[in-house]
Amino acid sequence: MLKNILSPDFVNAILRASTPILFATLASGIAAKAGITNMALEGMLLFASLFGVIFSSLTHSFLGGLLITMAIGGLIGFVLAFFVLQLKTDEILAAIAINLIATGGTVLLLLAVSGDRGASTSISSVSAPVIALPFIEGIPFIGAVLSGQNLMTWLALIAVVVCNVFLYKTPMGLKIRAVGENKNAAESVGISSKRIQYIALVLSGVLCSMGGYFLSGGYMNMFTKDMSAGKGFIALAASSMGADTPIGGFLVTMLFGIAQALGNLMQLTTIPTELIQMIPYLTTLIGLAVYSYTVMKRRNRLGAH
Amino acid sequence: MAKETVLEMQHIMKIYSNGVVANEDVSLELKKGEIHALLGENGAGKSTLMKVLFGIESPDQGKILLNGKETTIRSPQDAIAKGIGMVHQHFMLLPSLTVAENIILGVEPRKSKLFIDMKQAIRSAKEIADKYNFDIDVTAKVEEIPVGIKQKVEILKALYRGADILILDEPTAVLTPQETEELFVQLEKLRDNGHTVIFISHKLDEIKRICDRATIMRNGKSMGTYSVNEISTNDMSKLMVGREVVLSFEKQAPTLQGVMLEVKHLNAYNTQGVQKIRDLSFEVQGGEILGIAGVEGNGQTELVDAITGLSRKYSGEILLKGTDIRRESIKAIREQKLAHIPEDRMASGCAAHLNIQENMFANQYTDARYSGKFMLRSRAIQSRCDELIREYLVKCKSQKQEVGMLSGGNIQKVIVAREFSTGPDVIIANQPTRGIDVGATEFIRRKLLEFRDAGCAVILVSADLNEIFSLSDRLAVMYKGNFSGIFTDVAHVTEEELGQYMLGLKNDFANGGVSHE
Repeated sequence: MLKNILSPDFVNAILRASTPILFATLASGIAAKAGITNMALEGMLLFASLFGVIFSSLTHSFLGGLLITMAIGGLIGFVLAFFVLQLKTDEILAAIAINLIATGGTVLLLLAVSGDRGASTSISSVSAPVIALPFIEGIPFIGAVLSGQNLMTWLALIAVVVCNVFLYKTPMGLKIRAVGENKNAAESVGISSKRIQYIALVLSGVLCSMGGYFLSGGYMNMFTKDMSAGKGFIALAASSMGADTPIGGFLVTMLFGIAQALGNLMQLTTIPTELIQMIPYLTTLIGLAVYSYTVMKRRNRLGAH
Repeated sequence: MAKETVLEMQHIMKIYSNGVVANEDVSLELKKGEIHALLGENGAGKSTLMKVLFGIESPDQGKILLNGKETTIRSPQDAIAKGIGMVHQHFMLLPSLTVAENIILGVEPRKSKLFIDMKQAIRSAKEIADKYNFDIDVTAKVEEIPVGIKQKVEILKALYRGADILILDEPTAVLTPQETEELFVQLEKLRDNGHTVIFISHKLDEIKRICDRATIMRNGKSMGTYSVNEISTNDMSKLMVGREVVLSFEKQAPTLQGVMLEVKHLNAYNTQGVQKIRDLSFEVQGGEILGIAGVEGNGQTELVDAITGLSRKYSGEILLKGTDIRRESIKAIREQKLAHIPEDRMASGCAAHLNIQENMFANQYTDARYSGKFMLRSRAIQSRCDELIREYLVKCKSQKQEVGMLSGGNIQKVIVAREFSTGPDVIIANQPTRGIDVGATEFIRRKLLEFRDAGCAVILVSADLNEIFSLSDRLAVMYKGNFSGIFTDVAHVTEEELGQYMLGLKNDFANGGVSHE
């Protein structure tokens, strides 16, 4: 067991497990910074994983599939924004609606496209390529970790940096943070909060759909029913625990990735799989409890001064 | 001295969709380099007129001339682009951002098109602060700076956007006397630089002190524009309310009736767990008004919350008529005849979407006179409510009108009517007249005196020094969670002296038995 944990395969497993959650965590962070809880991440992931399969198969290209999936992700973000900002629907209710539509809708679409109800085995989709790094490959351990990662994993790591720069160094990022912190104040200096929140939710949808694409075109090579399996909600928790910052969200996501990878490893043992499958969700629960405890402690400590 | 006119609002008419005529044929003329007061009671139409000027509301009739040319102002952005800036009463700042970031927000200097040029932003913010002699650290986070500085940041924000005309909505409401004085010096500098300042205020002495001309509004109409030098404060208030307002009261000497409320060694904490009151002890007797002055945030809120039972984050004892209230429910405390006029009338004083009647009975709907076992006795409630509306001079269409639709002063009267209608023995009045018109203010102050004369113990927490001076029998100043001074001879305390106690420059108890850091 210990030998397994210290192997490069384990690090790879962590990265693989973290990639979809990381995209969704960043998506949650951007929406949260603009003052909106994007609880539709779960549905966005699910939709994206189905559309990724369908469109990569139709375009016979990974890139074509990814770009179309991202566009659709943006569109779902736009729809959520339209309901919340234009029609003044409660953001949680609108998100629940999207999640429910995703659960049923993906199965219906799958049935219509492939005739299957459970998995897209009959669709020949194109997965995201694996990146081999010619020279680094040879270095022991490091080579095995750095080389041979899925392109989407690299994109997720790059997205952490891009999101961080975007939120903290660009005018649009400043505006998003301003709107999220105090809408009235932002509006008083001529920022249209509605426009900013639309943009944030569309970006959130685009980012999240990349995670969904990886689920069916990298993590697995097909779409299966309900394959998002709560990852959207885990991301929501991860982002919140990371104070909705890209870096914070990244660190927490890695923690969850470790839990997930550990869980996968433990499936080789005699422990019942039902218990093992609880691990990611249990980590979330424990993580949130620890997080709120530290926040409380910090407040109390402040109070002592 | 004939100065050129920069802006004219002519015959502005604004009728809201609910039929309220907020502005009726109002004209306003502003000259370059003047401080122009806009004076009027709450609901007189000042805010509406300024909303029209700042592009938040569009007028139904009338026109606006900017530098002699007719113009329409479509939105706040449009107003900003035309050189009009506004400092709102409630600051429009982002606490987690720095001063510089707040100043440049929306008009960020960029480098290579994509990124914010933070160095340039800090430089520009510094430049504009230096130009107008504002002593501000532009890299400080807004959450860490005091209120007076926040206001300066707001003014700088407007100036950075090129405002020639600056609207200040009750700018001194949150400031200490010293900060107010500092603001005035700065406004004079702006005026001398050719800026035009619109100064919205209720405070006649401030208008006398700082303004060149004043336009007085009453009931949505303009009562004319006057040169401040040529009009007395008495005449101003007459034009404002249409009658003489007595703001200083003839008071009988208090007849003390024994201790009603006793606070012993109170240590209280705010919702974040920060200690805001340190070892505070005092008592209030029936028949006296204890005024509590102090800069906001020095523990007044926590003191009131502890006494009224809203917060139990405290140690020490609070005795209401001799019984410890720590374990009592708010309802039980109220049954001990304690009345509370809360600081924030919209957040905790009333339910804005409920009607006047429902609000007035929120504290006695279980009273057998107004409620049977299952159903409210609507007839009894209605007739009592009518009585209260008459007694407390609430201006409304009917008792079924939503409280949120009333003007600030009338909302406050509804709250006061509710609190006083139970015949209290102890009254905790926290900023009872903040932001309401002179008529309602006078009325509420008179009521407080009435109850004091009837033997009620009153704690009056107020930022309005006039109010504190004219009502208090004893006056305490709160500073960092304790009293820095207690005065029994209120008439001989000067504002300057009080200000020094408020800012902690003087502290009678710092070396006594009171613990300070």
